[in-house]
Amino acid sequence: MNPAAGSTGRGTAITETVPLLELRGVKASYGRIEVLHGIDLVVPEGSVVALLGPNGAGKTTTLNVCAGLHKPIAGAVYIAGRRMNGVAPDALARVGVCTIPEGRGIFPNLTVRENLQMMTFAGVSMQEVEAVAYERFPRLAERRNQLAGTMSGGEQQMLAMARGLATEPALLLLDELSMGLAPIIVEELYGIVAQIAAEGVSILVVEQFARTVLGVADLAAIMLQGRIVEVGPPSELEAGLSSAYLGG
Amino acid sequence: MDQFVTYTVFGVVLAAIYAIAASGLVVTYTTSGIFNFAHGAVGMLGAFAYWQFHVKWGWPTLLSIAVVLLVIAPLIGVFVERVVMRGLQGVSEVTKVVVTIALLFTLIQVAPVIWSPKGSYSVQPFFGAAKIDLAGAGVTYHQLIVIGVAIVVAAGLRALLYGTRLGIGMRAVVDNRMLAELNGARPDRMSAFSWILGSALAALAGILIAERIGLETVALTFLVVNAYAAAVVGRLTSLTRTYVGALLLGLGQAYAQGYLPDNPTWFAERNLDIRSLSLAIPVIMLFVVLLLIPHARLRAHGIVRSRELIPRPTYRWSLVGFGVLIGVVSLLSGALSGEDTLIWSQGLCFGIIMLSLVPLTGYGGQISLAQMSFAGLGAYAIATWGGGGNPLGVVLAVLLAAAAGILVALPALRLRGIYLALATLAFAYVMEKVVFNQRALFPTTSKPVDRLWGLESNRAYLIFLAVVFSLVGFGIVWLRRSKFGRRLQAMKDSPAACATLGLNLTVTKLQVFILSAGIAGLGGALFAGANRAAATDSFSAVQNLPVLLMAVAGGIAMVSGALTGGLLLASFSLATRSIPTLELFGVDAKSFFENLFRLAPGLIGITLGRDPNGLVAMVSDKVKRLWERRLQHRGTRDLPVPATRWQQLVEPVWAVESMGVDTPFVPEEIARIDERLALDEEEVRAGVFA
Ligand SMILES: Nc1ncnc2c1ncn2[C@@H]1O[C@H](COP(=O)(O)OP(=O)(O)OP(=O)(O)O)[C@@H](O)[C@H]1O
Ligand SMILES: [Mg+2]
Repeated sequence: MNPAAGSTGRGTAITETVPLLELRGVKASYGRIEVLHGIDLVVPEGSVVALLGPNGAGKTTTLNVCAGLHKPIAGAVYIAGRRMNGVAPDALARVGVCTIPEGRGIFPNLTVRENLQMMTFAGVSMQEVEAVAYERFPRLAERRNQLAGTMSGGEQQMLAMARGLATEPALLLLDELSMGLAPIIVEELYGIVAQIAAEGVSILVVEQFARTVLGVADLAAIMLQGRIVEVGPPSELEAGLSSAYLGG
Repeated sequence: MDQFVTYTVFGVVLAAIYAIAASGLVVTYTTSGIFNFAHGAVGMLGAFAYWQFHVKWGWPTLLSIAVVLLVIAPLIGVFVERVVMRGLQGVSEVTKVVVTIALLFTLIQVAPVIWSPKGSYSVQPFFGAAKIDLAGAGVTYHQLIVIGVAIVVAAGLRALLYGTRLGIGMRAVVDNRMLAELNGARPDRMSAFSWILGSALAALAGILIAERIGLETVALTFLVVNAYAAAVVGRLTSLTRTYVGALLLGLGQAYAQGYLPDNPTWFAERNLDIRSLSLAIPVIMLFVVLLLIPHARLRAHGIVRSRELIPRPTYRWSLVGFGVLIGVVSLLSGALSGEDTLIWSQGLCFGIIMLSLVPLTGYGGQISLAQMSFAGLGAYAIATWGGGGNPLGVVLAVLLAAAAGILVALPALRLRGIYLALATLAFAYVMEKVVFNQRALFPTTSKPVDRLWGLESNRAYLIFLAVVFSLVGFGIVWLRRSKFGRRLQAMKDSPAACATLGLNLTVTKLQVFILSAGIAGLGGALFAGANRAAATDSFSAVQNLPVLLMAVAGGIAMVSGALTGGLLLASFSLATRSIPTLELFGVDAKSFFENLFRLAPGLIGITLGRDPNGLVAMVSDKVKRLWERRLQHRGTRDLPVPATRWQQLVEPVWAVESMGVDTPFVPEEIARIDERLALDEEEVRAGVFA
């Protein structure tokens, strides 16, 4: 279906030892200030991993390192077992890494349809994209000729999520889907995340507030000040979470 | 009636050419966020290349055009994108403007090297004089072709940008480059393509218009510059509105030339010529359009700066610096020949004119391309009222320039970034074409000037200039440290933050414009004094380019940067003069080096994209690092005074001001502050300038 997935073979042999995404000792900095101090993180194939932490913990930076947007100063990023340090974000996108960045991942001055057309750069046809997007989000079909920036926040986030569905990625990286959205829309968006996960896509999702995301995550990692302090199944973590940093 | 048709056709043809040029500008601007001031110069090169192939080498018309549009222009486009523009991500708007202006300046200087200004160049219209009859007026085939080409270009661009994935990708890159990459698009290829397309359109316009205005470097460059007015009507983004703008402009110009009455006797008696106004119509229109367009829409991409630092000077070290300057000048001037003294004097005058940019551009982030025009007013004032060395001449020079500063500032209050640069360039052009060439003001192109207080000795005048530079410089250091200086800095950094702090930007902007124009006027008066003449050539619109370029190259936010810039400019002419006549490998080396020095300001300006802080900051930064390393080596703990004090002591005095460099906000921080304040930049501006 797509190269990155194909190489490890979603469904070929027993590949439990090769996770789809792995960070080993990743350090990253902005200028001289180091903000990631050695991150080790594994996203096993076909699973959903939630990365949680307070403001400024370094979650976005971690995600950006995986997406090729930020070059680590030490350590390595492996995608499907291959070292991907320094690979450009557009190259990663074409081999099946779909990143939906913080904020709205859409082009506000393009129409909805043109936004969808941009998704075809990842190597899928426009017919496929339109079919998937309009079927799952009929609202987008109604608004196909509207400028994306004039839609509501929830609709914009749906358009952004449509890329995660339509481009059939092997790895999906999501940054704060819930930012600024009503709880009911967040629920809906995570429903889609669950649906994408059900198709076997591996997902790394970053969130500040844990409740909804823990419902779909197989594993959760907690990040504080540039370090991962705890990893485990959501059920084990949930109890400690609120007292740890969410402050109840 | 026939005449009306003729003028109309002429207007539409002009409009078609402007539209083609302007749409090239719009394409590169929308896809790269860079307003290419060198666009006209690319058109000029295209026209010359066409002449070379078609006229000089006798190639067929179509082949020549094809080679220019498909080979030469794309090469220029790729060169510009790769070498010049790639480095411009994350630099301030000032730097972007300066780099494209440097490119403009370089291309204007390169063309005469290839095509000697002594030669004569002309191209014929396509199909010669063949014409058809339209309502009694003759329309040439050439004119029909031009109109047809404009229509094809419009349709083609529309189809590209809205109907193809490449075009949509190009627009997406403007919206959010990072997201385009995350989608798998290749932004670099897209912007390279848009630069190729932009260059080809510029070259096409150049070829089509060359037949009419002839092949003359500056005229051709500035003619395509007229297209800027059309592009601004389209707010630099809308192709449809750009075409409408071009039509208004073309017709306006044609009718003005056709119907403007002869100079009325009242004016003629007073040696004033109002017909010269028609030359300035596009520029006046540009000015008017800039003012009429709802300003909230007039926004440039990414208004924040990032890699640039604003050093905070200290009084003590500034005083030391000025003392050293005056001392060195006093000592060295004894050893200089009369002519060298004169050149260094000019350098110091340029330094003073560049000082006028320090508060305006360096601190306040407002670009001006009209400082030499203010200087020209200063020169006029001293020539007119400074007879016998009367200090009144200098006083009036400052006042006259400051008054003109108000004139520019009032309309410019709502502009910033490239729009301000364009408006000031328009002002400079009007000054050159409509004001300085009035015989009532300058009976000949040069007016004699008496030096202040009759300082006849060149050496005394040079030392006097060093003192004046120091006084003005000290005033600017004081300004930087004052509340006003912080206001300027805030104006540059974040309009949103300014609004929340209750800063009144309007008054601040007006004040800094007046101050800056006044300083430029002073510099111009002293410059005219140095030369003992106020020559209009020195204050033409083009002269603004090297001044801005060298000021930025020295370091636009520093007094020492202005000094460096001024002296660099002087050193180029000194170097040019001192090259002996010699021949190397059968090539005239003298003219080669002369050309090189003429190119120098442009070439230096182009490199600014890499290091936007200027020469002084670069050197003092290196020195500082070296010293830090030495201190570490010796073990700083044992030093009785804090290391920073020691660092200050050893720095070269001329770099004193970069001491205590404070780190500015990075764009992310500014954006975050703005976001946290939940302020939209447009709202803020609407509020601030309401
Ligand atoms: N462009 C930047 N320049 C300098 N420092 C940055 C930059 N971006 C992030 N940082 C710093 O890096 C650290 C980690 O930031 P990051 O954005 O990764 O945090 P986060 O966990 O995603 O926070 P949030 O929940 O607020 O999105 C923070 O201290 C932040 O200030
Ligand atoms: Mg984040």
